Amino acid sequence: MSLLWLRFALACYFIGLTYAFFALTRTSELFSRIALHAASVGMVFHFVSLVELFLSGRVVWASVHNGESLLAFLSMTFFMIIYAIYKTTSPGVVVFPIVFFLTFVAAVDEQPVLLTAFVQHKGWLVAHIILIFTGYAALMLSFGASLLYLIQERRLKSKKPSSLISFLPALEVIDQIGYRSLLLGFPFMTLGLITGSVVAMTTYGRIDFSDPKILLSLLMWAVYMIMVFTRWNSGWRGRRAAALATFAFVAAIVAWAANYFSTIHRFAAS
Amino acid sequence: MRYQLIGVNHKSAPLEVRERLAIPESRLPDFCRDLAAHPGIEEGMIISTCNRVEVITHTVNGSADLRGFLHEHFKLKPEDLNPHLYELREKDAVRHVFRVASSLDSMVVGEAQILGQVKEAYATARAVGAVRGQLDQLLSRAFAVAKRVRTETAVGSSSVSIASVAVELAKKIFGTLQGKNVFIVGAGKMSELAARHLMAHGCASIFVANRTYERAIGLAQRFNGQAIKFEDLYNSCDRADIVITSTGAPHAIFRREHGEQFLARRKNRPMFFIDIAVPRDVSADLAKLDGIFVYDIDDLQQAVAGHIADRRKEAEHAEAIIASEVEKFEARAHTLDVVPTIVSLQDHLETIRQAEIDRVRGRMGTLTPEQEMAVEALTRGIINKVMHTPITTLKSAAREAEATTVIDVVRRLFNLQVKAKEIPSEPARKEEVETRH
Repeated sequence: MSLLWLRFALACYFIGLTYAFFALTRTSELFSRIALHAASVGMVFHFVSLVELFLSGRVVWASVHNGESLLAFLSMTFFMIIYAIYKTTSPGVVVFPIVFFLTFVAAVDEQPVLLTAFVQHKGWLVAHIILIFTGYAALMLSFGASLLYLIQERRLKSKKPSSLISFLPALEVIDQIGYRSLLLGFPFMTLGLITGSVVAMTTYGRIDFSDPKILLSLLMWAVYMIMVFTRWNSGWRGRRAAALATFAFVAAIVAWAANYFSTIHRFAAS
Repeated sequence: MRYQLIGVNHKSAPLEVRERLAIPESRLPDFCRDLAAHPGIEEGMIISTCNRVEVITHTVNGSADLRGFLHEHFKLKPEDLNPHLYELREKDAVRHVFRVASSLDSMVVGEAQILGQVKEAYATARAVGAVRGQLDQLLSRAFAVAKRVRTETAVGSSSVSIASVAVELAKKIFGTLQGKNVFIVGAGKMSELAARHLMAHGCASIFVANRTYERAIGLAQRFNGQAIKFEDLYNSCDRADIVITSTGAPHAIFRREHGEQFLARRKNRPMFFIDIAVPRDVSADLAKLDGIFVYDIDDLQQAVAGHIADRRKEAEHAEAIIASEVEKFEARAHTLDVVPTIVSLQDHLETIRQAEIDRVRGRMGTLTPEQEMAVEALTRGIINKVMHTPITTLKSAAREAEATTVIDVVRRLFNLQVKAKEIPSEPARKEEVETRH
């Protein structure tokens, strides 16, 4: 059943996806409202899907697809929070395609599962997953914001009359969205890594720094920290900030992909 | 009607050419004097704004060498300048002046600033004696036409001024203007207007720097702001989020290296330069920096170009008013040409009448008052009858091109002396410069 609800959610997110492509070329108040409502309905289905999964008793949080589903849901939550604060749906241009992709993959049946059978502290594991994914979602949004910043900057610099009626929010607002997401995501990411280490410590008794998953995760965290620092210290934005955000985002994806070749943090074939 | 006009505007010439033709306010009186002294020119005035340079003259024979005047006074090669010039005569010149004053020739059709600028240019030329009767008439009529266009059409309403576009753009960069600082460099009218708009939208404080420190203080006081010595410009400019610059400096005063300094000190928070100076105050390479946004006068106007379409219909109505006003003005100008002839014809016949009465008075003996009046009436009647046809002919000829021929014939038939034309310039005097933006 959980999967069915997820597929309903996917259908709703599809509307968001079309909006994302549409919004790049023109502005439509109506379409952005439709996309927003579709996204809200999608989130309800999505939530139901997650709750049902949880109630089903055999929560396999560590399943790849459940993870993706959770990440998509958290990203949508961020999107809605931003909408509540800034009254703009434009981050959807980036968020919708990613959420759609994640949900789409999650809605496919096959489910490789992380080898967590011998993990002793399930609570720590759940905390680890939720924290890390919140961090991922924040990072993704920050990345999206830096792309939007570039678009808006270019529009304003091109000096076309259309720069006055652009669908994007003001440059400083985009910057704020990106920076705040970044700041918000950092403690989650940090705590997520700490809880992960705790799980590893209790399970294996030590942390193997030569493991690609751990190495890449640390690298990602380091890039993240540099990003927060430079942003705070020298106020980097525009092209440099976008380059850094892209780098951090890629690092995050690589760290995620490391699941497939890590010895301690890997999936079992289903 | 020997009006002759030469000029460039935003349509005919790019900013690069216009900024080289721009005449500083302080030198305008000299230019007007030179213009009036130029061979073949009786009267002249110059309108020099950021969008146009117009040389309006009344000439001796309708074909003065205005291009020569421009070539003499500006260091521009004829081949660079000539393609951008338009030259208009008589009726076309009149129409152009009417259109300019009515803001129909403006890039932002209907904007109100141009009328004030034309009035000021007129006052300047008048003050140095470059404008007398003929241009007085043209300009006073132009002001009246502008007023008519403004009241009878909606061209001027919802006018999107440069200032309000600047505010829109600032909002696109900063989101809210609450707490943002504005720096005015060069205390001009336009920058003051833009600053007022920005303050009205919540900008926190204002700094003013001006070559003449006293003017900076004056303007700063009006805004409750702070005057900055011009030497400290680069040290304090980074405090501003929005810089409105409109100095008369011949070279750019903000260059790339300044921008880099500002950004470093501002931790890369963006800056918005509104450059309304011609020639420009901000160099082109500064705008290439990340986080620096520069809009010069042309960019701002382009940004509002979209609004022009809405007003096209109203503009058509306004053009109709202009057309009828040009006709009226032309007719009146010709009538004015024949007025001296009519007056001297009347004078001439009246002299004859008086002389004849005096001559026969002795032979008639004493007349009763009634008889006196009868003689008066009789002689006057004859003269009026005789004069009637020539005067109507003159008046109707005035509306056509043959006026000069008819005037000539009448003068020769009646052997009228040619007197220097004295054309009253009263109507123009009434239209003193009212608004100073």
